[in-house]
Amino acid sequence: MQPANLLLLTLVLAIVAYWLGYARSRSLAMPLGGIRHLKSLPFYYGARAALWSGIPALIVLGLWAAFQGKVIQLIVIGGLPDGMMPATEGEASLLLSKISNVASGALPPGFVEAPIAEAAERLKALRSQSQFLMSGLVISVAVLAGFLGWLRIRPRLNARAQVESILKWVFFACAALAILTTVGIIFSVAFETFRFFEKVPFTEFFFGSHWSPQTALRADQVASEGAFGMIPLFTGTLLISAIAMVVAVPVGLLSAIYLSEYAGRKVRGVVKPLLEMLAGIPTVVYGFFAALTVAPFISDLAASMGIEASSQSALAAGAVMGIMIIPFVSSLSDDVINAVPQAMRDGSLALGATQSETMKKVIFPAALPGIMGGILLAVSRAIGETMIVVMAAGLAANLTANPLETVTTVTVQIVTLLTGDQEFDSAKTLAAFALGAMLFLATLLLNVIALKIVRKYREQYD
Amino acid sequence: MNSVNTTIASEVTQPDEVAVPVQESKPAETIIEEGKTVGKPFSDDPKFKLRDVEVFYGDAPAIKKISLDIGRNEVIAFIGPSGCGKSTFLRCLNRMNDSIDICRVKGSLQLDDHDIYDPKRDVVELRARVGMVFQKPNPFPKSIYDNVAYGPRIHGLANRKSDLDEIVENSLRKAGLWEEVKDRLDANATGMSGGQQQRLCIARAIAVSPEVVLMDEPCSALDPIATAKVEELIAELSESYTIVIVTHSMQQAARVSHRTAYFHLGHLVEVNETNKVFTSPEHELTESYITGRFG
Repeated sequence: MQPANLLLLTLVLAIVAYWLGYARSRSLAMPLGGIRHLKSLPFYYGARAALWSGIPALIVLGLWAAFQGKVIQLIVIGGLPDGMMPATEGEASLLLSKISNVASGALPPGFVEAPIAEAAERLKALRSQSQFLMSGLVISVAVLAGFLGWLRIRPRLNARAQVESILKWVFFACAALAILTTVGIIFSVAFETFRFFEKVPFTEFFFGSHWSPQTALRADQVASEGAFGMIPLFTGTLLISAIAMVVAVPVGLLSAIYLSEYAGRKVRGVVKPLLEMLAGIPTVVYGFFAALTVAPFISDLAASMGIEASSQSALAAGAVMGIMIIPFVSSLSDDVINAVPQAMRDGSLALGATQSETMKKVIFPAALPGIMGGILLAVSRAIGETMIVVMAAGLAANLTANPLETVTTVTVQIVTLLTGDQEFDSAKTLAAFALGAMLFLATLLLNVIALKIVRKYREQYD
Repeated sequence: MNSVNTTIASEVTQPDEVAVPVQESKPAETIIEEGKTVGKPFSDDPKFKLRDVEVFYGDAPAIKKISLDIGRNEVIAFIGPSGCGKSTFLRCLNRMNDSIDICRVKGSLQLDDHDIYDPKRDVVELRARVGMVFQKPNPFPKSIYDNVAYGPRIHGLANRKSDLDEIVENSLRKAGLWEEVKDRLDANATGMSGGQQQRLCIARAIAVSPEVVLMDEPCSALDPIATAKVEELIAELSESYTIVIVTHSMQQAARVSHRTAYFHLGHLVEVNETNKVFTSPEHELTESYITGRFG
């Protein structure tokens, strides 16, 4: 049986166990005078039986599925005649793919050596055996454990407590999965980053002002040496993020103030969803809007004023990114402003302050830490944004503060380094991981600071 | 009426006790005659002259044809069961109801013979003259000094720092708080005790030298000792200010006010000298309320 079908069957068995457990608890309770003589409700006995049947079976299934491939490979390789034993890991994997190709029918057996064809036959046999064994084991575990669980149902058994504690572990496992994924990403990035720094010195990466990652692929190829200074990239990222924030912060903040303090209920009901719709536009759409509409407009405008501007400019990408971030800033600020107690507004208005004075002197200062937190989160969003800059900002790594020139960002370079066929041992590709690690650290730092600020703000009114 | 009330409750940020008319037993309705108030609702030297005041939340009437004078330098207490409209009525006096979209006020409300609800009237100036203290102490999350200086700064009452210092000190002295806080004027006001916070709010209100101070259950969030202090303060302030106080405590009304007004279901049932209201009420609803039969 296929693992997916087996999974389904396990679930069906668990449901059966649920109903059997439910029924047994009721039938045990009836002679005692009703379910109030049970320690827990019948639902919990059923759920307990289902968990008893399902969880061990799932664990067995998971372990088997995880290890069967490796074990079968070892057996197949071990069964080859001495003369064909692979010497290195690379040879082994070549041999294995040959064998499995024969086994799957992609390669006719006549085209390969006899031992390989035999090995392929063995592989097929082992696979079907393994699947048969797995099915048998999983089903018997599910049935047996379910039966044991069912048997142990007593009126005095506190099934509720057991179910609660098992559920607690299930939730924990889900949370742990998310954390483990993060940790896994960090480790994979960190590992490649170390490999990068084996090839390129720290100082060049952190302090170099020249970025040109093209290196020779072969020893005899004529190519540039390759320069890996990250400064132009981070300047580009900062420049574009700064432009984005210049657009997003005032517009977002002021629209949040308008929505929370001035707009009537009807206006708010229309404007707020419209504003939040900006957040729903895919970034690739923003990207071609920036590249095809805004960038030419800016360069034409600059040309008409006699200023030289390239057709792909930091300004275009930054401005469009700012528009994309507006709803982010406005809805976070709106929440924070609304969290300022009404009593503050009343107190200020009753002293004869106008609405804007109240906003400026009481509500805004009270909401400021929260707003700052929101803005920092928006900044980390801007730093990590890729699509708009790929399409609108260009690829040339210029070290410049002129928003009309073309610049490139960290994210854009990661994309260009890793798209297409790439060899994964050159400094060029590994540089992408180093850049990713730096980007990750930068946004992580911003997020930590933002969360700290937001949390500190919360303490004020609680 | 019910559906209207629920929309009010869910969609409007309600002040602490804006009256939502409550349907009570029928007899009370039949006893009250609309627009008719027993006792002495009028005064020879009125600060506020209020005639046929009606307030609606959407279509639901909250105040029904109330006519009342509030005398100069008088302390008048508004009492009555929850939801009777006393807070709503109080908030008409400095137009704090303006911020509630669906609230409409009808009738004639005059402060020193000038219409409060005149569309051309400057609300800022009105509120500078008619200050307000709320049910829950609401100091701004700023220093004690900045809280008191807030109003004077907005209205430009002080040209120099020394003038402002003087206003702050005087206000805090009048509120009986100076001795307690003079060494920590820079401390955050939210760190004070509830009673101190409320007296700070009173200091903040009188710092702009208002003529009238409205108090909406100023002691309901305070312990008895803090309450006694605030009541003492009200008695002192009554020498220089007109004070309108909404209270749930009849003892408090009896202790601090010159006149007492009894509200019931949006009607002003009876107004009279405080000791008369509490010793020989003229209206049977007033009598039932002060003897504790309902409310």
